[in-house]
Amino acid sequence: MSGITKRFGRNVVLCGVSLDVHPGEVHILAGENGAGKSTLIKVLAGVYDDWEGAIEYFGRAARPRSPVEAMRLGVSVIYQELSLVPAMTVADNIFLGRARGRGGFVPQAEQRSKARELLQGVGLRIEPDTPVENLPIAAQQLVEIAKALSRDARVLVMDEPTSALTAPEVDTLFSLIAKLKREGRGIVYITHKMEEIGRIGDRVTVLRDGEWIGSRPAPELTNAELVRWMVGRDLGPGFRPAAGSRAESPSPAAAAGEERLRLQDFSVPSGQGSARLAVEGVDLELRAGEIVGLAGLQGSGVSQLLLGLFGSYGADTGGSVYLNGRKAVIGSPQDAIRHGMALLTSDRKATGLVLCRPIQENAVLADLRRLAPGGWRAPARERAAVDALARALRLKAASFEMEAGELSGGNQQKVALAKWIQTGPRVFLLDEPTRGIDVGAKQEIYQLINEWTAQGIAILMTSTELPELLALSDRIVVLHRGRVTAAFGRGQATAESVLAAAMGVKS
Amino acid sequence: MLAFFRQFAARALAGPASRAVVALLLMLIVGVIFHADGAFYRVGTHRDALRQASVPGILACGMTLVIISGGIDLAVGSMLALSAVVFAMTAIWWSWPPAVAIAACLAIGLLCGSASGLLSARLRIQPFIATLAMMVFARGLAKTVSHGAKVATAVQNPDGTYRYVSLPPVFRWIDSRLAGDNLSAVTLIFLACFAVCWVLLARHRWGRCLYAIGGNEEAARLSGVPVAWTKTTAYAMSGLMAAIAGICQAAQEQQGDPEAGAGYELTAIAMAVIGGTALSGGRGGLGLTLLGVVTIGYLEKILSINAVPEASRLMLTGVIIVAAVLTQRRRT
Repeated sequence: MSGITKRFGRNVVLCGVSLDVHPGEVHILAGENGAGKSTLIKVLAGVYDDWEGAIEYFGRAARPRSPVEAMRLGVSVIYQELSLVPAMTVADNIFLGRARGRGGFVPQAEQRSKARELLQGVGLRIEPDTPVENLPIAAQQLVEIAKALSRDARVLVMDEPTSALTAPEVDTLFSLIAKLKREGRGIVYITHKMEEIGRIGDRVTVLRDGEWIGSRPAPELTNAELVRWMVGRDLGPGFRPAAGSRAESPSPAAAAGEERLRLQDFSVPSGQGSARLAVEGVDLELRAGEIVGLAGLQGSGVSQLLLGLFGSYGADTGGSVYLNGRKAVIGSPQDAIRHGMALLTSDRKATGLVLCRPIQENAVLADLRRLAPGGWRAPARERAAVDALARALRLKAASFEMEAGELSGGNQQKVALAKWIQTGPRVFLLDEPTRGIDVGAKQEIYQLINEWTAQGIAILMTSTELPELLALSDRIVVLHRGRVTAAFGRGQATAESVLAAAMGVKS
Repeated sequence: MLAFFRQFAARALAGPASRAVVALLLMLIVGVIFHADGAFYRVGTHRDALRQASVPGILACGMTLVIISGGIDLAVGSMLALSAVVFAMTAIWWSWPPAVAIAACLAIGLLCGSASGLLSARLRIQPFIATLAMMVFARGLAKTVSHGAKVATAVQNPDGTYRYVSLPPVFRWIDSRLAGDNLSAVTLIFLACFAVCWVLLARHRWGRCLYAIGGNEEAARLSGVPVAWTKTTAYAMSGLMAAIAGICQAAQEQQGDPEAGAGYELTAIAMAVIGGTALSGGRGGLGLTLLGVVTIGYLEKILSINAVPEASRLMLTGVIIVAAVLTQRRRT
């Protein structure tokens, strides 16, 4: 692949990126969240057809226009969210869409024996008749690889294949990868994890903000250099965190704040048939008026930590939670709200707002219990509350009767924030508070966060934008595979040190 | 002139409410055109159109609540039959006082509705399947308690002979006419049900929770909305409405028919959807359903005063429902 450029509307997400894979090589593709790795892979796999640049498969130029065409050219992608049909058997999944029978009938016996052969090839000892949904995630992943091999894939792309696996399962996968290498297949492997790059990588390519940063044989690339490649972004004129002032003079509230939230050995199950915990043994303390940043790359468990803390997974979480010094049991979001907690979710469209309802309904949704004592609503009181929120959050809308879905991203985010501020939270969990909004709205949200901490609200936040997290947080706690790998006090954290910890580099 | 008309039409069709009003007005114009020798201009025609729409209309009130929460209730027709049978048995055969008989029916409706609700909200069975099961079960229960026969004033003696009992006056009260013979009592009952549901939906916290769940269940859950409770009570309300409709149906037919109300669930859904309540949940309202109820009521009446045969009437109803729903579709 050379000179690949891809735009979404006016947004350039890939800009002249190149990548080459040789037979018998594991080529690591690295970069922060949003660096363009997934987009590049999708171009290679024929998901998009409107890009610029050139791709050569085995020396011949080709331009796959659909995933099927890319597969015929010998490229198979194993996505993070597996693309198997859960209710169908392993054999049926392997041959899905390519049953080679006459007149559309499936030659069962032939498929089964072929499937058994392929499963042995990937080291899976299961019957081809097993429904995929009965298999653990790790085995499903191997089935996915068997499916790729059945199409005689010469190039396999794996998008963070280990994110749901336990350590022994990772070992199995890696020995399979070694075998695939010996067979002369090329592998593109996307990962955030330092130890994986060292174990299986032959070459490493780093992307940042859609640009190609560098390519080098893995043994020659030091950890420090790799991290620098991934981070090395200048903060630029567009990024001026309003919280810059915080760094110089911590607010008095932060200095004097009493403890609001303390986690002891907190853990969250990951569900979905996976054996490992999404979050494991986390200790954390949060004081009034303080911002603690949770850093972690995809799959690190930061979102699950916030959701688990908020009672979204029921009472299945482990360890202890102390709110204002007292032990609290939080078994549901209702419990959490009653305890003065609020959670801004990372995806406002999917889990934050009721897009088809008016702004004002969204803004008071979490506080209906107080606004409508005895159940009967008082429209005048609600309107007054919404007016006050709109003023406080500088929310711009032609009318509060407008559906939330009609607003711009920044204003939608403000509605989601307003909903929680209305509940008068003492601990505010912010998952990606500035995701997908423009620079101006970001600045306003930074300002709001500062106003809230000045009022004594304690904030626990995540952000995939490291500079933002560094600028806003009083302290930063870093998670890697669900565990805390580092904690930094004010002024100690640098982008390099945080990212290194997030990738699992032992310091 | 044409531009003016187009602008007027665009404004008139802006929201679901105005579109539902336009649909109703069109229906009335159809009535004026096909007035069947002036039959359409008689007060009795309008009274009867509303009377006939009242029983399915009561079902539509409960149905609207369920649909707004993102669900569907296919069991309303069967629950209506169950309630009709129980009302006839308790009031006619066993001579229970009317208030007790009515209370028993309402309790059974609440119970059946809550069961549907628990199946879908707690056990997470799809509402379509859960209420389909309740639809079959309640029909079977109605036939079991009535031994498969209509429950009327003829009571079988132990020796196999029949004796006749008189019809309790409560049946005549419910089926009476008020306001100088110009309004049916069932229409008043329908309006009362409508008012209760409307107040709950528009003025109570519960209604807000219904909209939020139908619009985005996960966001509602994470905002502290008691999702399972709210959904269950929506189905319970639908069951309660079906029980009231069953009592009215029994009074109108002067008997409890275990076969009554077959297909009414579809009429109720059509009434809600023609009004503009979205089957996907989160959008709609009871005011809209009121317009839908009246529109379908007039459609039926206009077809019947023009003596359109049953077969053609069904086909026409199907076509008109599609047309009405197409005009209700949101333009983006």
